[in-house]
Amino acid sequence: MQNFKKSIGEKIFGVSNYTFLILLSIITIYPFYYVLCASLSDSYAVLAKGGLMLYPVGFNVGAYALVFLNNNIVVGYANTLFYVFAGVSLNIILTMFAAYCLSRRTMPFKRFFMLMITFTMYFSGGLIPNYLLVKSLGLLNSRLALILPGAVATWNVIILRTYMLSIPNSMEEAARIDSANDLNILFRIIAPISIPAIAVNILFYAVGHWNSWFPAMIYLQDKNKFPLQLFLRQILIQADVSDMADYATEPIAENIKYATIIVSIIPILFVFPFLQRFFVTGMMVGAIKE
Amino acid sequence: MRKNFDANLKELFKNRLLLLMFAPVFFYYVIFNYIPMFGLIIAFKDFRPYLGILGSPWIGFDNFRQFFKSFYFWALLRNTFVLNIYDLIFYFPMPIILALLLNEVKRKRFKTIIQTVSYIPHFISLVVIVGLIYDFFSTNGIINQIIGFLGIEPQRFLNTNKWYIPMFVGSTLWQNVGWGTIIYISALTSIDHALYEAAYIDGAGSFKKLIYITLPGIAPTIIILLILRIGHMMSVGFEKVLLLQNPGNIEVSEVISTYVYRKGLIEANYSFAAAVGLFNGIINFLLLYLVNMLSRKFSETSLW
Repeated sequence: MQNFKKSIGEKIFGVSNYTFLILLSIITIYPFYYVLCASLSDSYAVLAKGGLMLYPVGFNVGAYALVFLNNNIVVGYANTLFYVFAGVSLNIILTMFAAYCLSRRTMPFKRFFMLMITFTMYFSGGLIPNYLLVKSLGLLNSRLALILPGAVATWNVIILRTYMLSIPNSMEEAARIDSANDLNILFRIIAPISIPAIAVNILFYAVGHWNSWFPAMIYLQDKNKFPLQLFLRQILIQADVSDMADYATEPIAENIKYATIIVSIIPILFVFPFLQRFFVTGMMVGAIKE
Repeated sequence: MRKNFDANLKELFKNRLLLLMFAPVFFYYVIFNYIPMFGLIIAFKDFRPYLGILGSPWIGFDNFRQFFKSFYFWALLRNTFVLNIYDLIFYFPMPIILALLLNEVKRKRFKTIIQTVSYIPHFISLVVIVGLIYDFFSTNGIINQIIGFLGIEPQRFLNTNKWYIPMFVGSTLWQNVGWGTIIYISALTSIDHALYEAAYIDGAGSFKKLIYITLPGIAPTIIILLILRIGHMMSVGFEKVLLLQNPGNIEVSEVISTYVYRKGLIEANYSFAAAVGLFNGIINFLLLYLVNMLSRKFSETSLW
């Protein structure tokens, strides 16, 4: 459609627009690139040089060796992997059930159930009653405290349900004639068609578990159950690297921080490009209104 | 009547598998969402753990009175509103503007790359983001080194009242502006292209197309997101506030939600904290209700 002639004003706009977008991307990505370079540098060289960096100075992977030798990071990583896999499995199965049921025409009490789940987006018991609930269920200091309370996210149900509503009914009816039940229909017909929305759901839940720290902080006491983010908080924000390098002087501590950041964000950067193409198709406009 | 009842029962029985599949979801919502809402009654009680929620004595509105009269009440209210209003003014419009700029890009590959890059920070944990802020903005961090080259004195970005709000909103903008565009971009792609062609034939320039076609086309999306945003007016950014908070900025950084955390979970003052939390939740809900009502009246777009 853009074969129309462009005025001078439009050309100037075009060039400045491209320039602006490129600058914006650089600002977005550079902090991570800086951290990567600094983590691979010699800590004293970084300190001496100062300012921005375009490549590592005095290439050195010593900080990574310290990170991987650190017991907290290893334990945290393993725990986080467990929370992500266990958590997402439960999230996705319940979200699929919820979205499937709430998108069927014959679902009894559908309006009531929709109201019941959407209301929780606007009002909730809040921090204290939730904490007391987890406590009275005997889940304090249990790994389940990080998995059960967030088992279904309403927003994700709505995204998936909207997607399922857009699937023509004829597919379900054809299957019913072949005497398929709802479980068959969900897993054999509806789920395979809904892959873009399910992928987006998996991504949201997985990133949520990967990045979560607050529930772990309030519910867990046992360090062996801590997720990675809780250890990261100690290292990055409370600036406690004592576990890692008692002997290290301050510049090395800086490098340990950078290496830790890289190690913690690599998995997300790695899966990201594979799921990225589902973003727009998986999250349709209709998803916002409900 | 009897017949009707039988028919309904039959209908339920026919859909028993659907109901069975929904059952775990139903119980999840009851246990982890509705029981805590019921648990809010401790806001009106003097909760003692050994008496339980039901056994603790009622004290009416004492907790609320205590909160309204407390030394911190106005400061908390002000901090909460100020943070959110700055966020609303300086963050909320930006994804819309960026989406409009991206929409003008006709090279598909270029657009995809820019979009992908701009989504990345959204997926990085707040702990890491705040860790980066602490590192880059410390007194001898990279930002102070750079402004040092320009001859500006080092600033104490992290632990002063002055810089707290700009740091908070600025980093939110950096982290989320790209991701925020996604919903507007899908709204933009659903605008009928024939409208633009007709406008072109009528001699409309780019600016007129923007005003008469593009903006009206995404207006419902903007309104819905604005309603939802205002419905969380009092509670946005809790985890980030908690991570960025330190003794140097506590005067401006303490908001109602972090106060609830401190009073409730650190000082174990459950009833009082629940009352403060309930106050916060009610204000949120009233704001949501109000904006939704106004929107329904003036724009025909609303949540319900």
